[in-house]
Amino acid sequence: MKSRVTWARKETPSPAGSPRRSLLIRGGHVVDPRNKLDEVLDVLIEGQHIQKVARDIKPTKETEVLNAANLVVTPGLIDVHVHLREPGQEEKETIATGTAAAAIGGFTTLACMPNTIPPIDNVSQIQFVMMKAQSEGYVRVFPIGAITRGQDGAELTEIGAMVRAGCVAISDDGKPVANSKLFRRALEYAKTFGLTVIDHCEDPELAKGGVMNEGRLAALLGLKGIPRQAEYIMVSRNIALCELTGGNLHLAHLSTKESVALVRDAKKRGLPITAETCPHYFTLTEDAVTGYNTNAKMNPPLRTEEDRETILAGLADGTIDCIASDHAPHTVAQKSREFDFAPFGIIGLETTLGLVLTHLVHKKVMSLSAAIAALTDAPARALHLQGGHLSPGAPADITLINLKGKHVVETFTSKSRNSPFIGWTLQGKAEATLVGGEIVMRAGRLLKKPDLH
Amino acid sequence: MKLRHKDLLGLSHLNAEEIELILNTAVPFKKLFTRSIKKVPPLRGKTVAMLFYEPSTRTRTSFELAATRLSADVLSLAVSSSSVQKGESLTDTALNLEAMKVDYIVLRHSVSGAPELLARAVRAHVVNAGDGNHEHPTQGLLDLYTIREKKKKIQGLTVAIIGDILHSRVARSNIWGLTKLGANVRLCGPATLIPPGLKEAFGSNVEVTYNMKEALEGADVVNVLRLQLERQQENLFPSLREYHEFYGLDDKKLSWAKKDCIVMHPGPMNRGVEISSSVADGPQSVILEQVTNGIAVRMAVLYLLAGSTGVTPTGLPQQMATERKAS
Repeated sequence: MKSRVTWARKETPSPAGSPRRSLLIRGGHVVDPRNKLDEVLDVLIEGQHIQKVARDIKPTKETEVLNAANLVVTPGLIDVHVHLREPGQEEKETIATGTAAAAIGGFTTLACMPNTIPPIDNVSQIQFVMMKAQSEGYVRVFPIGAITRGQDGAELTEIGAMVRAGCVAISDDGKPVANSKLFRRALEYAKTFGLTVIDHCEDPELAKGGVMNEGRLAALLGLKGIPRQAEYIMVSRNIALCELTGGNLHLAHLSTKESVALVRDAKKRGLPITAETCPHYFTLTEDAVTGYNTNAKMNPPLRTEEDRETILAGLADGTIDCIASDHAPHTVAQKSREFDFAPFGIIGLETTLGLVLTHLVHKKVMSLSAAIAALTDAPARALHLQGGHLSPGAPADITLINLKGKHVVETFTSKSRNSPFIGWTLQGKAEATLVGGEIVMRAGRLLKKPDLH
Repeated sequence: MKLRHKDLLGLSHLNAEEIELILNTAVPFKKLFTRSIKKVPPLRGKTVAMLFYEPSTRTRTSFELAATRLSADVLSLAVSSSSVQKGESLTDTALNLEAMKVDYIVLRHSVSGAPELLARAVRAHVVNAGDGNHEHPTQGLLDLYTIREKKKKIQGLTVAIIGDILHSRVARSNIWGLTKLGANVRLCGPATLIPPGLKEAFGSNVEVTYNMKEALEGADVVNVLRLQLERQQENLFPSLREYHEFYGLDDKKLSWAKKDCIVMHPGPMNRGVEISSSVADGPQSVILEQVTNGIAVRMAVLYLLAGSTGVTPTGLPQQMATERKAS
């Protein structure tokens, strides 16, 4: 697969005379799905890049050594579905606080959705996000541009110019493109740039006014339902348009069993489709809404136990490639409103890894390596990003994971705390996060911001 | 016996004994109404705040009379319906009322679940006077009271609820109450107005039919719901004329039910739409008695909540919780 984004090209070499930093991560259990590594190995970093991964690497005098015994060493985790809220809703999150939360959660790379105010639908908005991330971010941020101007579903954005400025995918996330002809054009035009189109699959008219899964609980609570068909009608349409155009399609946050079956079939037919789900769809069901809990209000809505089990099966057999957080911060005041008026979405950057380890790996739904692939190799492939592996020359983005440590979800680095997982005990979390060879987080504490220029 | 919760949020949270307790307590209160002095002292010194985010004449007046006849002071808050979304949040309004040391907040709100939100925020007793499409528990209780008074029992009766079940909080409270007390419930209306999943949620004591004859045959009680006329614009039914033809309760359709079947309506009625005038004003109608009973039932609720245990109800509605354990 051709990597379109090249970090090496964007980075300026370290100034002459300044010593290249050398760091050895010693004795960790390296899990690098792209290179099929799953054993105790050392990782040597020179400057901002991986030098080599091998057994018993001998450090020189200048080499700093990081003891990773009893830790898992993986490529830096990548989250392709994050709402950083900047510009426009800085009371919920900023690029600084969102990337800090990411570093705490073990993520080294985020792709951020364009539904900011104003939306990221032109070159200057792309540049704004990248510049902000470079100066204030703890991790790498790649903007996703809007498909249509103002996310209005009418006119295509200047996709080529946005790609040149650094946009890694396009999506009208949150405002699905209802017009099939326009979505066809987006898939076709994006092909010109090898760009992936991400869709939030939802038939807007069918879902209109809905606030939770349609079914018996919605009927009892007197809440307007969003039928599961609103999702899989669009999954089905998008697969058909992918077949028509041959464009790269990534389906965001799948929540229904039918969607999983449709994607499984499409992949069998060899279509260029990738799919993601989020931890809440494999850990929770609509029952979490009981008592009108607004922290269980998200879109797509939490579904039924049968859906949850099918999502697990889809992860286990690889139908669902990626796990993303759909980190969607909202203030306490906004989430303390009446259920109909509270906004959709929950935060997830700081709980995703713990939920994956606790509910997928420790419960043996997926192997550790497959779970890490869904957080590294697969998202990198879905958006054609260069990272997601530990090959020599790759950016030294690394996550060190403690698989055993139990912790209770209580506090957040994110500006918001709209999480249904508060009070949950999770087993396993990020011990350290390295971005470009720099240790940005260690033992739950933020250290230095990396030099991302 | 006491009520287990500090609030009355819905009949889903009450058990059969609690419902019976409220109905039994309402009986002596109703007897007061024929006396020349209709006031008794149990809530003297207590304040009941009426917080209505939706226009209502009947329910509001009924609660005000109930509180007054128990000697409570009534505080009426004029909240314009436009301030539901804008302006002060519901929680902030509630905390302000709490700071004024009110003992009860009677809430009418257009959004399902709003009383739950309020009940968690304040120590005062919260009484749901209708929330969105969720519940209208005192209406459910007054309907149960009326049925019990007329039929001397509820267990084993067949009750048909006709009309816009989808948007009806009256229907939901009635279904909870009736099934808990052992009645069989038939829901009838066009398929667009019956929420998917409702039958599964309640199980075998609830039947759904789109045919009025099936719904009414052998019925002891028919409860006709108000049709919000604006539903036509949402394409939920094609015209009022067609609605009336198929689901409007007239003399002919009523003749399919038992001879002594009583006719109820929560009001306000659209005569000629969901109910014909001859049925509404006919010998089987108990619609005005429902209004009288409403005051007695609301007195019982306010009176019993004063002595309740003080816990806000949470968790799954009882029936669902039991089903889950069984599966």
